[in-house]
Amino acid sequence: MKLTLKIWRQRNANAKGNFETYQMDNVSPEMAFLEMLDALNKRLVEEDKDPVAFDHDCREGICGSCGMYINGHPHGPVPAITTCHLSMRFFKDGETVWIEPWRAKPFPVIKDLIVDRTAFDKIQTAGGFVSVNTGSAPEANNILVPKSHSDEAFNSAICIGCGACVAACKNASAMLFVSAKISQFALLPQGRIEAKERVRAMVEKMDEVGFGSCSNTGACEAECPKQIKLTNIARMNREFYKAF
Amino acid sequence: MAKLDAKIPGGPLAQKWTNYKATTKLVNPANKKKLDIIVIGTGLSGAGASSALGELGYNVKTFCYQDSPRRAHSVAAQGGINAAKNYQSDNDSVYRLFYDMIKGGDFRAREANVYRAAEVSNQVIDHFTALGVPFARDYGGTLTTRSFGGVQVSRTFYSSGQTGQQCLLGAYSSLNRQIKNGNVKMFPRREMLDLVLIDGKARGIITRNLVTGEIERHSAHAVVLATGGYGTIYYLSTLAVNSNASAAWKAHKKGAFFANPSFVQIHPTSIPQLNEFQSKLTLMSESLRNDGRIWVPKIKGDKRKANDIPEEERDYYLERRYPTFGNLVPRDVASRAAKERCDAGYGVGETGLAVNLDFRDAIKKQGKKAIENKYGNLFEMYKNITGIDSYEEPMRIYPAGHYTMGGLWVDYELMTTIPGLYSIGESNFSDHGANRLGASSLMQASGDGYFILPNTINNYLSGEISVPKISTDRPEFADAEKASVDRLNKLISIKGKKNAGSFHKRLGKIMWDHCGMSRNEAGLKEALKLISELKEEFWRDLNVTGSLNEVNPELEKAGRVADYFELAELLVTDALSRKESCGAHFREEFQTPDGEAMRNDDEFAYVAAWEYAGEGKAPVLHKEELKFEEVEMKVRSYK
Repeated sequence: MKLTLKIWRQRNANAKGNFETYQMDNVSPEMAFLEMLDALNKRLVEEDKDPVAFDHDCREGICGSCGMYINGHPHGPVPAITTCHLSMRFFKDGETVWIEPWRAKPFPVIKDLIVDRTAFDKIQTAGGFVSVNTGSAPEANNILVPKSHSDEAFNSAICIGCGACVAACKNASAMLFVSAKISQFALLPQGRIEAKERVRAMVEKMDEVGFGSCSNTGACEAECPKQIKLTNIARMNREFYKAF
Repeated sequence: MAKLDAKIPGGPLAQKWTNYKATTKLVNPANKKKLDIIVIGTGLSGAGASSALGELGYNVKTFCYQDSPRRAHSVAAQGGINAAKNYQSDNDSVYRLFYDMIKGGDFRAREANVYRAAEVSNQVIDHFTALGVPFARDYGGTLTTRSFGGVQVSRTFYSSGQTGQQCLLGAYSSLNRQIKNGNVKMFPRREMLDLVLIDGKARGIITRNLVTGEIERHSAHAVVLATGGYGTIYYLSTLAVNSNASAAWKAHKKGAFFANPSFVQIHPTSIPQLNEFQSKLTLMSESLRNDGRIWVPKIKGDKRKANDIPEEERDYYLERRYPTFGNLVPRDVASRAAKERCDAGYGVGETGLAVNLDFRDAIKKQGKKAIENKYGNLFEMYKNITGIDSYEEPMRIYPAGHYTMGGLWVDYELMTTIPGLYSIGESNFSDHGANRLGASSLMQASGDGYFILPNTINNYLSGEISVPKISTDRPEFADAEKASVDRLNKLISIKGKKNAGSFHKRLGKIMWDHCGMSRNEAGLKEALKLISELKEEFWRDLNVTGSLNEVNPELEKAGRVADYFELAELLVTDALSRKESCGAHFREEFQTPDGEAMRNDDEFAYVAAWEYAGEGKAPVLHKEELKFEEVEMKVRSYK
């Protein structure tokens, strides 16, 4: 099939960006979206032109590297998958596809579709851990955890840190991302001991690095490739109130 | 000629690690603060080591090429992590885990290292649980396990089909704690370009900042490579597409021996290649073989839909050939059996390069809900990629390059042949012999990083306490930096026509065709010729756009592919020199009449450790004889 690509090109953080148009003639419906971009880049290098820069790594939906706005949706129009899992069979022959980087102040563009997400790491560094030294852990089965709590903690812990929630949010809020980690630890006895310090430190850092506030629109939940639930945000708020 | 000393401690096997820890030299806490350690890579081994070394009080500098340490490829491991907890009371023990690994590795691993890996496995589970890793639990609140290929006990801990992600995020959290405490300084988006030696000791690295292009010098009293495997040498593999061998290869060229490079695991249950543009093969966890039955039609070239083929016309070939282990035979055996059926013309799907993995009987017996609970996310992933609903019809699977048992040679302390250079996790060779059993890579990487290296590195560093901070102004750093920059300039100035990816793809095809699941002398010799021709074409017709001083993925890729050409030659050379079949290394000339691997213990019970001899010179083979004091070398049978 034939596609018209409108891709955001931006040389570096300080340069002014713009959309460039590329025609793709031989797109197979069996290709993955990133493979379609690989094919474009191969052609651009052969023409001695600058290929499109984008973050990607595992290409199986788990590392969280890839992320781009495709036709107005983070990770494209198909729910619950990452860009690397997006198949070209979801596009129509002759379609125009708009491809943009995450747009959020705390995620400055590095080049083209690559953004700087170290703000996420800073929040995790502020408190996203249990303070246990190597070698000092008790026998794993000494602390029993109800299966329902453990399963729920897991459902929060599967966040891949891609940043789609922030990109989808009109306020560039990171509440879904932060609350997923807060929830995971809040639900487990191992995490309860430092619960107050953790939620205060992470929320404080979240504000400091420039993420916006949550106004409960729910775009983050709708666009999250891992279907992290809004209830995490409610739990984080509860934990936050309890922490003072 | 260098003599390989594995430094295996004395005493009975079960006491070696205890004895070692009791007698090794220590560094007192005040001195630890004066010592710098560089760690490259933030997977389970690298993040684990950085955390544990930081906790001990060393100054740690940690590097990764990804934008965040949370993305290292350990994140993608699906099935689980082994430990000898014996929670199921099914006769499991440290000894049995050790024995299964030695046997699974086809008696080509070092006894003492393997025993220690099994020994620390229980601590790894305790530690991750304490870090808040949500392993699967039973209704009573205890941890639960499942069984995995190649063993008869249930010792695999898991978090749905995302165990690697959960363990890695646990390791990332402990790393974050040390970053916050100031014990670890994190350098993301950095690529190691070279290792710096001073007076023969590893003293630092040269890196490229992948955002600014800046070339940086970093010094330390010891350097730890936790850089993973080289499975992407096949281009299509289950690895992250940016995974590479460059750091290990640079270390090799500076004097670290490379051991058993031809021991590459081909995983049996990957989604088959669907199109020619494909950039990677997605793994379907081996845990699926617990409930899925593998079959092909009994009629050659049968084009009927799987569900239309009646029971009596299906060949459940693993159950037929290996009645004791059935669908749970180790990976190398399962992969070869699939290849054998497909080569014989019984493969399914458009290409004929696939076999069925069928859940019909399991769903009938346990109900759809039970199967969904165990494998829901895997079925979903399969459907996303192929459009096929595996609750209704079988999955199609085919083997894919997955894990490299080979890697940098290390002694019992995990130190390479370069003093002060360590290699941990998949980047070393030590624990899996010629074949790795499922769920033992997370186990080994975590064990190496959290529990082994932090106990062995002190022995070396105790001799370094009077060495002041190493200046990066020394000529050794300047020389290494110049060599690195010269090479980047050389790549960028070829100005040919083709991108690095297209060369990588062609190299991968040569490797897969001639040095993949089965190998023979003529094919390997052919491969050497083809690699050399392609390498020559690469250095003549490569095009790298852009400059050194900016974000430049094409330049990164070109450097990695250039290194892969050299490693590919060594890999094939190793495969040629090992004139036996063992584990994943199957030489067609050495097989039993019914197609099983035929080992030659008299001549090949050794680790092949290769020394780099210089550009264009044949590498030098050093042999570490493998002595089996505890177990008897047997013919590995899963029948």
